[in-house]
Amino acid sequence: MNALVWARRRRTVARFWSQFRQNKAGVFGLVVLALFVLTALLAPVITADNALSVTRPPGSPLEGPSADFPLGTDRSGRSMIDMIIWGSRVSLTVGFWATFISITFGTLFGILAGHFGGWPSMVLMRVTDWFLVMPSLVLGVVLAAVMGRSLTTIIVAIGVTSWPTTARLVRAQTLAVEARPYIERAKALGGGHLHVMSNHVMPNVMPIVLAQTTLMVGTAILVESTFAFLGLGDPTTASWGATIQAARDVGAVSSRMWWYILPPGIAIVLVVLAFTLVGRAIEGVLNPKLRERR
Amino acid sequence: MSEPTRSAPILAAEDVHVEFEARRGGGRARAVDGVNLDIAPGEIVALVGESGCGKTTLARTLLGLEKPTSGRVLHRGTPLAYTSKALKAFRRDVQLVLQDPSGSLNPRHTVYDAVAEGLRIHGDVPNERERVADALSRAGLRPPERFFLRFPHELSGGQRQRVVIAGALVLDPNVIVADEPVASLDASVRGEILALMLRLRDELGLAALVVTHDLGLAWNIADRVAVMYLGRIVETGPVEKILTAPEHPYTQALLSVLPDAPGSPVVLQGEPPDPTRIPSGCRFHLRCPVLASGAAAAAGVDGACRGADLGVLAGGTATQVACHYALAVTDPAAAARP
Repeated sequence: MNALVWARRRRTVARFWSQFRQNKAGVFGLVVLALFVLTALLAPVITADNALSVTRPPGSPLEGPSADFPLGTDRSGRSMIDMIIWGSRVSLTVGFWATFISITFGTLFGILAGHFGGWPSMVLMRVTDWFLVMPSLVLGVVLAAVMGRSLTTIIVAIGVTSWPTTARLVRAQTLAVEARPYIERAKALGGGHLHVMSNHVMPNVMPIVLAQTTLMVGTAILVESTFAFLGLGDPTTASWGATIQAARDVGAVSSRMWWYILPPGIAIVLVVLAFTLVGRAIEGVLNPKLRERR
Repeated sequence: MSEPTRSAPILAAEDVHVEFEARRGGGRARAVDGVNLDIAPGEIVALVGESGCGKTTLARTLLGLEKPTSGRVLHRGTPLAYTSKALKAFRRDVQLVLQDPSGSLNPRHTVYDAVAEGLRIHGDVPNERERVADALSRAGLRPPERFFLRFPHELSGGQRQRVVIAGALVLDPNVIVADEPVASLDASVRGEILALMLRLRDELGLAALVVTHDLGLAWNIADRVAVMYLGRIVETGPVEKILTAPEHPYTQALLSVLPDAPGSPVVLQGEPPDPTRIPSGCRFHLRCPVLASGAAAAAGVDGACRGADLGVLAGGTATQVACHYALAVTDPAAAARP
C-alpha cells in the first residue's frame, strides 16, 4: 500500500518535472537559482577568511579588475567577487524569511476568511486591506527607527506588507473550492471546519501558494536591496544593495568604476529574474490555461 | 402523526420550514414551507418535484446541513441537536449521495482516501483497509484493491458514483439521502446504480430518501412517493397509487408529460413558482388546469382554491392529497368544511 502510494507520488513528481522542463526559461531560472543557492551555502569555503575584513582586506581600495581580483575591489580593498558571494547569503535569507512570513500569514488568513465567510471574513479582509495600502518603504523606515537597522527589521517590514496579496489570492481560491460539492459531502460525512480546511481546501490552494511563493521571493530580494541602498539595512552585512550604496557614496558612476556598481546590480537582477521565471513556469504547469497563452 | 405507521420512522421532518433571505428584491424565500415527512427503516421514499420546489433544501435539512427556520427534524424519535458533536453522531447514521459524482469527489484524493474519509473523521482507524475494501465491493467495485489508488478522473461516471456510495456505506448508515443520484449518469449506468440501491435496501435494510425530478425513477425504486410543489408536499402515498391514480392536478400534469403516458400532455400555464411570493389559497391555483377548465367551479371549490389555504399534510404512510377539488370529489363532506 505505502509502496504504491510512493510510486504514485514519484510519478506525479515526474509528470510535473517533464512539463516544467518544456519551459526553457523556467529551466534557465532554476539553474541560475541552483548556482546562487550553492554559492550562498559554500560562501565560507570558497572565500578566504579575511574576505569581508575591513581592517585587514586582501587588496588595496578601489582596484580595477585584475588577475587577483577579477572584478576589482571595493573602497575597503575587499574583492568584489567575494562581496557578491557573501551578498547572495543576505539576499536569499531575506527572500526566504520574508516570503515565509508573507505566505504563512497570507495562507492562514486567506483560508480562514474564505472558509468562514460572514462577519469574520469581513473583519479579516478589512484588516488585509489596511495592510495592503501600507507602503513597505515607509513601514521599513519606521521599523528601522524603532527596532534598529537589522536584517530582522527588513524581513518584518517586507513580510508584513506583502502578505495581503497572498491572502486575497488564497481567499479567492478558497471560495472557489468551498463551492464544490465534495465540501458538502465532507460535511455530510461529519467533517468539521478543521477537516474541511486541512483536507480539502489546503491541498487545492497549495499550488497557487507555491507559485506565489517563488514570485514573492524575487520581490522580497528586490525590496531588501532597496532598503539597503537607502541605508536602512544592517550596516555590518555585505548585502548587494548596501554594496551599490557604498559604490554611490564613493562616486563610482562618475569615476567609471563599473566593476563596483554593475556586478551587484546584475546579481540582483539575475536572482529576481530567476525566481520570477521559475514561478511563472510553476504557475504554467499547474494552470494549463496559462500554458496555452505563452 | 395520528394514523398508525408500520414501524417508527427512522428519520422524520415535523412541520419543517426553511426560509432564506432573498438576495435582491427583498422578501424572504420560503424554500420549504411546512413539510411532514417520515422515512421508515428499510423504506425508499421518492421526493418528486420540479426544479426550485425546495426538494433539495428539504433533503439538506433532513441531513442537518441546513437548520430549519421552524419545525424540527427527528432522528429515531429524538429531535436533531445542532451542536457539532450531536451532528457528528447523527451523520454516522444518515448519509448523503450527491447528484454529480465528478464534483462530489475531491480530484486530489484517491478512491481509497475518498472512501476512508468518513472513517477518519469519526476516528475508526483500526481495520480501515478492510472496511474500505468491504464498502467498495458492496458498492459493486470489485476487486476493491484495483481501485484503491485510482483518482476520480480515471474512473467512469458510474464508477465515480459507486465510489461516492461506498464512501457513504463505509460508516454503516441506516439512511441514505440521495439527491438526484442518477441524473448525471447515462441510461445504462442509471439502471446499475438503481439496482445497487435496491440491493442495499434488501441486504442491509437501508432506508433512503431519493430526491428526483424524474417520476420514472421514482416508479422504479420507491415504495412511497411525495410530490412537492413550492415548498410543500401536495400529494403523498404508495408509489403504485400515486403514479397510477394521481389525484392532485400537479401530479397528473407531471405524469402526463412522461413519454409513455396515455392521453395528451398537460402543459402547465402561468408564471413559474417563486418561493418569495407564494400565492394565497392553494399554492398551485395560478397554474392549476382543473381550476382553469372550470371543473373546480363546477364542484363548488373555486373560491376555496383561490382563498383557503390547505393544511400541511401529515407524515406517515397514508395516501393524502392537498387539493380542494380532489377532496371535494372524493369526500364532499370535507369540502363543506370551511
